[in-house]
Amino acid sequence: MSVNLDFQGRVYPPSGPYAVSAADIAAFAAAVGSTDPVHTDAEAARAAGYPDVIAPPTMAVSYDQQTSHQYVADPEAGIDYSRVVHGEQSFVHHRPITAGDELTGTLTVDSIRQAGGHSMVTVRTELTDAGGAPVATTTSTIVVRGGE
Amino acid sequence: MAARAFTDVTVGEQIGPVSVPVRRETLVAYANASGDQNPIHQDEAFAKKVGLPDVIAHGMWTMGASGTVVADWAGDAGRVVEFGTRFTNMVVVPVGGTELVVTGVVKSLDEATRRATIEVTTTNNGAKVLGRCTAVVQLD
Repeated sequence: MSVNLDFQGRVYPPSGPYAVSAADIAAFAAAVGSTDPVHTDAEAARAAGYPDVIAPPTMAVSYDQQTSHQYVADPEAGIDYSRVVHGEQSFVHHRPITAGDELTGTLTVDSIRQAGGHSMVTVRTELTDAGGAPVATTTSTIVVRGGE
Repeated sequence: MAARAFTDVTVGEQIGPVSVPVRRETLVAYANASGDQNPIHQDEAFAKKVGLPDVIAHGMWTMGASGTVVADWAGDAGRVVEFGTRFTNMVVVPVGGTELVVTGVVKSLDEATRRATIEVTTTNNGAKVLGRCTAVVQLD
C-alpha cells in the first residue's frame, strides 16, 4: 500500500462541531503540567481578559486530529497508520480556544511528498468558532514509513 | 499571573532550564486528555513487540510540556500565539520514569507587534528530542 498522491490539494467539508468544555481544558492542562489558573479558574481567566477558561497552546491538536481522521482513515488515501510517525506540528492561534467554544475544522491536504522510500503528508486544519470566526490554524506533518 | 511586559524582555534572555518529570501515569493522563490512546505510549509489552525499546512519550506530550515552560515564562498561556516543532527523537519512559530539560532563548523582539520569538530546546538524557522548536509570545 502506498500513499495516494491524488489526495494532494484536497479540501474536505467542515467537520464538527467539537464542543470544548472546562473539564476538557483542565484535564489537558494537568496532563501537560500546567498550573496556570487561566486553564482552571474562570475568574482568573476573566481577569486576564478571556470570557472563560482557555486551553493550553497545544490542545488544538485534539481538534486537528479529529478533523483529519476523515482523511487518514479513508482506505483510498493509502495511509497505513501502523507505519505513521508524527514528524512536525505547528499552531497559529488567532485567539485562545475557550471553554464553551463549538469548533469546526476544515481540512486541507497541503502536500504529499516522497523521499527516501517514505511519504511525508502535510495537512492543515482551520478551526473556526460557531460564528465562523478563525480560532486556530494547525499544521501537521506525518511520515508514513515505506515497506521493507 | 500577569502577562510579561515587552519592556522587560531582552534579546538573548534565557528561559529555564526547567526539569519536567515524566512517568507512565503522565502518559496515561495525556492519552485520556488528548484522545491519543496508541498503546505504544502506555503498554510496555506492546511497545516492545513493535520494536521500540520501551514505552515512549507522545510527541505531542513532549511538545505540550515544553509549551508549558514557555507559557509560564509568558505569564499567561493565552499569550503563546504560535508554536511549532519537529519531532526528532523519541522519549523513552521506563518504569521509573525520566525527565525532560527545557530551556529557551529570546531570539528576536518585534516592537510593532510586541511579540517575542523564542527558540526552545528540549532534551532527554542529554539528547535533543525536538527540532526547530519555536514559539511566538504576545507580550504586554
